[in-house]
Amino acid sequence: MDITTWMFEWLEGNAIFTPNTLGYYWDGFVTTTQLVFLSLLAGLLLAVPLAILRSSRHKWISLPVYVYTYVFRGTPLLIQLYIIYYGVVFFDGIQETFLWPILREAFYPALIAFTLNTAAYTTEIFRGAIKATSQGEIEAAKAYGMSSSLMMRRIILPSAFRRALPSYGNEVIFMLHASAIASVVTLTDLTGAARFVYARFYAPFDAFLFVAAIYLCLTFAILFVFRQLEKRLLAHLKPLSH
Amino acid sequence: MAATPTPLEVRNIKKRFGDTEVLKGLSLKAHKGDVITLIGASGSGKSTFLRCMNLLEQPDDGDLIVHGEPVRFKVTRHGREPADRRQVVKMRAKLSMVFQGFNLWAHMTLLENIIEAPVHVLGQSKKEATEHAYALLERVGLTARANAYPAQMSGGQQQRGAIARALAMDPEVMLFDEPTSALDPELVGDVLKVMRDLANEGRTMVVVTHEMGFARDVSSKVIYLHQGLIEESGTPDEVLRNPTSPRLKQFLAPKY
Repeated sequence: MDITTWMFEWLEGNAIFTPNTLGYYWDGFVTTTQLVFLSLLAGLLLAVPLAILRSSRHKWISLPVYVYTYVFRGTPLLIQLYIIYYGVVFFDGIQETFLWPILREAFYPALIAFTLNTAAYTTEIFRGAIKATSQGEIEAAKAYGMSSSLMMRRIILPSAFRRALPSYGNEVIFMLHASAIASVVTLTDLTGAARFVYARFYAPFDAFLFVAAIYLCLTFAILFVFRQLEKRLLAHLKPLSH
Repeated sequence: MAATPTPLEVRNIKKRFGDTEVLKGLSLKAHKGDVITLIGASGSGKSTFLRCMNLLEQPDDGDLIVHGEPVRFKVTRHGREPADRRQVVKMRAKLSMVFQGFNLWAHMTLLENIIEAPVHVLGQSKKEATEHAYALLERVGLTARANAYPAQMSGGQQQRGAIARALAMDPEVMLFDEPTSALDPELVGDVLKVMRDLANEGRTMVVVTHEMGFARDVSSKVIYLHQGLIEESGTPDEVLRNPTSPRLKQFLAPKY
């Protein structure tokens, strides 16, 4: 008996994991991966310039960025999501603007909240890595006639990104798990799907252990990707094996 | 009569850190092919003096003339700084520095380190820079390590690599800041040999060093610094074999 026929038979004899509920899980999987991937991507794009500003010697450049990262790291993501999801309605006239069809859906407020949140953490991760750049390497860059922008682009950022990689991998996993709260604003993400299945069959172990296993698999995939990246990008830190 | 401008001239350089005046008015002129060695006890200001020459330290007073072009300064509320950042960037590209701590860029291979500034600062093509880099690697005996990262090389290899990186700029003047001080004794020889070859081929060099043998055999001029002033200067014969000031005599005594 091959595996697919086995699966179908198991599914038929199983009251909970029907093709119908598995469809829910699949939709949740798609929503979660989209939400996490898009917010991480946007957060990363925001965090790079913000980290550069945050590392500025001029207080009036670095301070506003610090206020932003402090606020978003200092408050729960759930509260940020509530404020954006429930709060936008109270802006006068927003329902007449082109933004309304976007903000009315739960997906976009969640995406915005997650993006701003991960951007804040990522900014601080990068700032730490930028600050840890070897002073000697910076002096060498100056001594070889590099302008500040060239030095940032060729020396500081490439070296800082590599240093930041392990911490950033943690941030990616953290975002995946934090995305579970998207289900509280009516989004059917993975957790939302699990809650639906739980409510319908009153089977907490089946519903949630299954979704936990999916999160574990996703985490494993993220770890694998970062392991490969570290192998390639952090090779310079390892002495050759003799 | 001078057809080409003097590669490097500094006049009356002064520098203070807080209340301490480290450089009290130092001048130096490096003609083409000169090898000028700066010697002196720790704290005499020789490294700071060298670092003022490419403005890694900002001198509080004095002139800096690179290849006949005076660097323009302005006075702001933070003190004296170069008036034109772009001029500094251009000026630095004419002076290559070799550091005590090597300071190779750790995330790049040796080859990438060498072609980095020629490609991105001087605008050479990658192909041209790479060919030049391999020639330089052969000179310093590191062809086999072209694709190694700095962390995978010994100190002596890193320093010879750093010298290749400096040469790749085809600099007017090479500045050496205690290039052998961070090396194990058995690795010093290789680095000094490379530096001797450079001196012999007529490179203009300013070298801060504790290697009296190098100063004696290779330099065209030796300058002895004491507490931020030039105490004695001249040919190695004059300064090292027949020191006049008691302090220099004492400085040289344990070694001769």
